[in-house]
Amino acid sequence: MMQQQLAGDVLALSDVTVVDISTGIPGSFCSKLLADFGADVIKVEPPQGDPTRSLGPFPGDVPHPEKSGLFLHLNTNKRGVTLDPSSPSGQVLLRRLVGNADLLIESFGPGKMTDWGLGYEELAKVNPRLVVLSISNCGQWGPYKDFKLSELTLYALGGTLHHTGIPEREPVKMALTVIQFQMGQVAAIAAMAGVMVSKWQGVGQYIDFSLFEAQAGTIDRGGINILTSAYNNRQPAIVRAGPDSFRTIQPGGVYPCADGYVQITSGRPEWFKRMLKTLRREDLLLEERYQPFPDCLYRADLKDEIDALVFEWTLQHTKRECQELAQANEWPITAVSTMEDLFTDPHFRGRNYFVPISHPIAGEFEYPGPPALPAETPWKPGRAPLLGEHNQEIYCTQLGYSLEDLGRMREQGVI
Amino acid sequence: MASPRLPLEGIRIVDLTIVWAGPSGTVFLGDLGAELVRVESLQHPDVNTRGQTRIPKAALEGGGGGQFPKRDPGDRPWERSASFQYSGRNKISMTVDLERESGKEIFLRLVQKSDVVFSNYAAGTLEKLGLTYPVLREANPKIIMVYFPGFGLSGPYKYFKGFGTNMEALAGLTALRGYTDMDVTVNGSVFQADAAAGAMGAFLTLLALHHRNRTGKGQFIEMSQAETTLHHLSQAWFQYAMNQRLLDPMGNRDGAAAPQGVYRCSGDDNWVAITIEDDKMWATFCDVIGRPELSHDPRYADIVNRYKHQDDLDPIIAAWTQDKRHYDLMHLLQGRGITASAVISHREIFDDPHLQARGFFKQVELPGVGLFPHAGPVYKMSKTPLKEPHRAPLLGEHNEYVYKTVLGYSEEEYQQFVRDQHIGDTYIDLLPKPQGVSP
Repeated sequence: MMQQQLAGDVLALSDVTVVDISTGIPGSFCSKLLADFGADVIKVEPPQGDPTRSLGPFPGDVPHPEKSGLFLHLNTNKRGVTLDPSSPSGQVLLRRLVGNADLLIESFGPGKMTDWGLGYEELAKVNPRLVVLSISNCGQWGPYKDFKLSELTLYALGGTLHHTGIPEREPVKMALTVIQFQMGQVAAIAAMAGVMVSKWQGVGQYIDFSLFEAQAGTIDRGGINILTSAYNNRQPAIVRAGPDSFRTIQPGGVYPCADGYVQITSGRPEWFKRMLKTLRREDLLLEERYQPFPDCLYRADLKDEIDALVFEWTLQHTKRECQELAQANEWPITAVSTMEDLFTDPHFRGRNYFVPISHPIAGEFEYPGPPALPAETPWKPGRAPLLGEHNQEIYCTQLGYSLEDLGRMREQGVI
Repeated sequence: MASPRLPLEGIRIVDLTIVWAGPSGTVFLGDLGAELVRVESLQHPDVNTRGQTRIPKAALEGGGGGQFPKRDPGDRPWERSASFQYSGRNKISMTVDLERESGKEIFLRLVQKSDVVFSNYAAGTLEKLGLTYPVLREANPKIIMVYFPGFGLSGPYKYFKGFGTNMEALAGLTALRGYTDMDVTVNGSVFQADAAAGAMGAFLTLLALHHRNRTGKGQFIEMSQAETTLHHLSQAWFQYAMNQRLLDPMGNRDGAAAPQGVYRCSGDDNWVAITIEDDKMWATFCDVIGRPELSHDPRYADIVNRYKHQDDLDPIIAAWTQDKRHYDLMHLLQGRGITASAVISHREIFDDPHLQARGFFKQVELPGVGLFPHAGPVYKMSKTPLKEPHRAPLLGEHNEYVYKTVLGYSEEEYQQFVRDQHIGDTYIDLLPKPQGVSP
């Protein structure tokens, strides 16, 4: 493709148009990333609204479709329209919408779009350069294609649930819906790959994005653990080990301190020395029982002594003190923050990370700010759309429907 | 019609990455066809990525070493560890000592011939080396640099040391996860912040390449691992921003779907995860477990009540699952439209019929060791076949290609770089020491 010379500042994706008819976190987070860096993302909701609008948190705990914290966060910088994809007029609208788009994101599950006459082959006739990103639990084909999954069961199936937790107990998931956010993050890579092939080579295509595979192939188990297992005839099992010990006497994991907890990272022999320096106990290394170093780190009989030293020290200090004192010696300790800590943390405040975003119904709140700072193509703050807020702008002004058409579609429950 | 080219075909990326976040990010870009040149040095073994150069006997005797094929680290463990085999896939390796002027010249020549420099080195490292973005841009005005030290490039924690575990603690994840009846000190690492930052780095690289294609301009992109991770904790953030309320760890439960939990099955350490999403699913579930009366019990009438009384429900469910196979339960429950899955261990995942049917695992050969299954690319494009995984590079394996073919050095210059110990295949510390000669 020929380079277009663009004048002045430009958002990285200002030439990209996305129609996002997906529901759930992965698709919405994926298109949020695109929208926040400049793509024109049209969020398509059913006339009754995206189910995410009913999920909290809500200000004052009062549910309201325009006040869901999760929805407000996931849909910044998008324009919102409504249509019912199961109705013939809704299908016509969607075909018109994707006619000018680079990317369509959907998550209805295998076969659904085809049943509605909106399968890839059909849409490619309308727009051969269109990329369709289908996000589904287990992909569009294969024995599990119709599986229902939740955050927990997705993490169980493809993630590292089996060895997260402690040996005496059942495996325990990560917090909230972090897996689904991570999947949205990975889906944004697939989306960009598709858009780049479309823009640079003029070829549209279909992307089958399976949450199961994206889990199994990316972090932790997908990497080290699967291979470790393969290397050793699948023995031994990696078990839930609880706090990190790395088989040495080095402290590692979450430790209590005067006002909460700190995270100590273990692993390398030099850090043991940095720890002793922080604790002002470098004299220990001169003792007979610590000879030779670093072999002594594997002497289980020294563990209690070291643990006692570390606990005594952490309990005397607040999390920010522990962090400051340890980091002064390059010993990797950080606070285990609560959201309240983050609100006041001088680092994030110092970087102006949090951004106030106001919304006509929900009001103004501080949102997590730029996940990155591209020097030439800024991240932009923006708010989520009201339900159907841009129906007229997009259907009438852009697609040429009349106000009467709009009224009729509204009466028929199409929008 | 011929297949479209891979989106990053012809794109060369200088991979200055360590540990997990950086290396896992460029893996995504290798799948898309980029040439990933891992810049390493003979002087500074990258133990955080390739693993220790010598594995203490005590570690192997204590049952460690599982990272290595058949628990054998061999003579060159840094070329065999599982973590590097994953995070080094589809990469090539060159060696150069960046601490010397001559090394910097070689590096800047590489920058001239490249499109992207991708790094998660700690803040300060590249400054000390004198290899900051302005210097790179002077060598190549179109260069894109994606740089993500853990804490960003400003603010009081800029020079903090930390790993993914520290980022997830600082960003709030650690305080939000774990068992409801135990404190967070039992939480082991999950490395989620590494995964989040790696994927974000790959996305940013694509974004910057797309922008450069439009405008001809490169750019510098700063990212902080902690700030990327915080986006994944949306509900907790907004609960505080809206209501100044902190959330506690919820274990495996979910206030919007109940009961939800992980229940023991037959066999050794086998489990099934179950989520009851709504009242209809609950009624079906009660029927499946042979307790239809529970669906009429007012204590369990709706999600709010089932969540409130889940302590009473858990033993009932566990009693039903405990003598059944986890995979059988997954199929039985999914067959009835109930959200459930086996908690698949890393041992079982190779045999999973679904992943096998979809050809997810690819056989990769490790020289002198054999074929091992690797996870393949994580999505399927209908017209652009993504790159098949190839094993991680040996140390300096591609020196000849990089120095001669890419950078255009002559054989004589190449031999000089060998004598200068820029080029080699073994860490200097591990080379046999020259014998002292008596006068």
